[in-house]
Amino acid sequence: MNEALWYTGRGAGLVTLVLLTVVVALGVASRAGRPLPGLPRFATPVLHRNASLLAVVLLGVHVGSLLFDPYAQLRLVDLMLPFAGAYRPLWLGLGTLAFDLVVALVITSLLRSRLGATAWRRIHWAAYAAWPLAVLHGLGTGTDAGTAWLRAVTAVCVLTVAMAGAYRLLLPDPATGPLGPPAPPGNRDPRLTPLTISGPPR
Amino acid sequence: MSRRGARLHIDWTACEGRGLCSEMLTEILAIDDWGYPLARDGRPEPAVPHELVAHARRAERLCPRLALRVLPEPPPTRPQGGSQLPPS
Amino acid sequence: MTMLDHRESRDRRTSTDDYRPLPPGGGRLLLAAHPDLATHRRHLGLLPPLAQPARLLAEIDAAGLRGRGGAGFPTARKLAAVAAGRSPVVIANGAEGEPASAKDRTLWAHAPHLILDGLQLAGALVGARRAIGYVPAGPSTASLRRALADREAAGADPIPVEIVEAPDRFLAGEESAVVSRIEGKPALPRDTLRRVVVAGVDGHPTLVQNVETLAHLALLARFGGAWFRGVGTSGDPGTFLATVSGAVAAPGVYEVAYGIPLGDLLERAGGWVGRPQACLVGGYGGAWVPADAADVPVSTAGLRPFGAAPGAGVVVALPAGACGLRAAADITRYLAGQGARQCGPCRNGLPQMAGTLTRLADRERSPALVAELERLTRLVEGRGACHHPDGTVRLVRSTLRTFPAEIDRHLAGTCGQEPMPAAGGAR
Repeated sequence: MNEALWYTGRGAGLVTLVLLTVVVALGVASRAGRPLPGLPRFATPVLHRNASLLAVVLLGVHVGSLLFDPYAQLRLVDLMLPFAGAYRPLWLGLGTLAFDLVVALVITSLLRSRLGATAWRRIHWAAYAAWPLAVLHGLGTGTDAGTAWLRAVTAVCVLTVAMAGAYRLLLPDPATGPLGPPAPPGNRDPRLTPLTISGPPR
Repeated sequence: MSRRGARLHIDWTACEGRGLCSEMLTEILAIDDWGYPLARDGRPEPAVPHELVAHARRAERLCPRLALRVLPEPPPTRPQGGSQLPPS
Repeated sequence: MTMLDHRESRDRRTSTDDYRPLPPGGGRLLLAAHPDLATHRRHLGLLPPLAQPARLLAEIDAAGLRGRGGAGFPTARKLAAVAAGRSPVVIANGAEGEPASAKDRTLWAHAPHLILDGLQLAGALVGARRAIGYVPAGPSTASLRRALADREAAGADPIPVEIVEAPDRFLAGEESAVVSRIEGKPALPRDTLRRVVVAGVDGHPTLVQNVETLAHLALLARFGGAWFRGVGTSGDPGTFLATVSGAVAAPGVYEVAYGIPLGDLLERAGGWVGRPQACLVGGYGGAWVPADAADVPVSTAGLRPFGAAPGAGVVVALPAGACGLRAAADITRYLAGQGARQCGPCRNGLPQMAGTLTRLADRERSPALVAELERLTRLVEGRGACHHPDGTVRLVRSTLRTFPAEIDRHLAGTCGQEPMPAAGGAR
């Protein structure tokens, strides 16, 4: 049973990393100002949301199975307090941070309409850090750390996010961008005759 | 739930013409020359028939700029004196 | 504070105009304009204590006082709406972003105590604890500061008045832009969902009232509603300050009663210089009235057939020899540049309308220009957080309606007013 929990924990962790990669890539793509090829525009945020919810479920499985596995020595407090863990505290701590950020992201996104667009966006930007933390956590913690296939999967994930970033930044903006043409010259006041009034109303 | 329609309020200061709403509410919204939602019924706050209210609420949730609000239909204007509050 | 019974406050503006002018040499605001507090008090007495707010509110409602800032909303209704909330804020809006208007700065300079009396009265009526004078930088601010200092010495302001400077922008006086500026943010309009009278400055119910309205309020409280209705028309009672400029002999700010024939108002301003052509009425976002309509009463009902309204009392006289299309194109380009640039349809549509109208003014021979202009007005109208695009649309539509012969000439490459450019010129 313990081994089952251990394998489930590792497996779920890997799937979570892949899903988080997809989530980040879709999040970056949704800022690109154009739809994903062949898909309607609303598909991008919908896929992003669905993937993130799925990632949260898998993250729950990853954390949950390791909590119950005595070999992992994971305590409840390690979910919130980073770098205090018993087993590989540094790499675990990165995971803790990533986990906390994901929780913050999910809660703020569910309450987005109450938060308002500006506050929500700031927290979302700060939580971009969740993904690189998860990548590092995956590279350093666990028995698979250092294996070739893990490094390969991680490399693919990093490449995916890099490509998404390039897609967003390097493609030219769509022609009918929301900014529109600059205002024409002539901001001066075109009064028909100059208006110089100084006295009291007559 | 009553079979009441609704109206769609667009926060123009937030809207960036991303185009999700006009995709999801094609019966109500077209797009203008610059990518911004254009009410097909010509009203500043287009009417949402009751069968489309669920779609409108989905569009409200998915708008990346939180620029949409689905509001109840306004009360009928009084025959005399107009609305109580100053016009916006 | 009782809410008004709205069945009694009908929109009287559709009734036939029955014009009662100011007597010759008469005036109300202008006769009560004393920048010095002692003189002000000697001539007008103190503001009467507010014993029965509900009664005064009903009197203001019956008197039919409307906002003089341009929108013309019934003042009593606005006061009642703000009074219904908690911890309201009252603001004297004298930003005067409209370039062709000078009445607000005239009032700041010559009748600050009328404005401030009105502000205190409005504050007392709604139960405000905070009052603000929103004033453009320069002489108006200095005048306000002096007046407040005098009043502080005399203990005239139960509600302390803060000074907030308005930027020199066309939209600086827009109601929600005023609220934004007072909150310390840029003076840009906000989304209309949260109405200012319900949730304005820092979420408090806010009364944003033009300084001229407050000045009228200060007199109405002293002399009564019946006195107030003694001049003007039944649809538009009382007087207003008209800023007349352009091709008149004596441009200036004149106090006249609503309903005055447009020609009489121009005569007050010294009469036409050169042959008349048309008048722009209401402001830059107003509408044209052709000069042959000299007997048009300057009132809501009188101007409605022209798509115009008294607005903030602006009248600009366009003489023969000046091209109406050129003037309208210049103004539209100005309006396009003065937008807040927050809302896509306005930010894109106004420059495009300005460009198209300019091409028409430049005698480009494309008949499609007119249809394109009409299409753009339909595209832009009503789509924005404030009424800036609507005002611009009003001007453009009015221009197309008022100068059809000129448009035909321009499309044929000529102009009835401007001389032809030198041979070999591009346009």
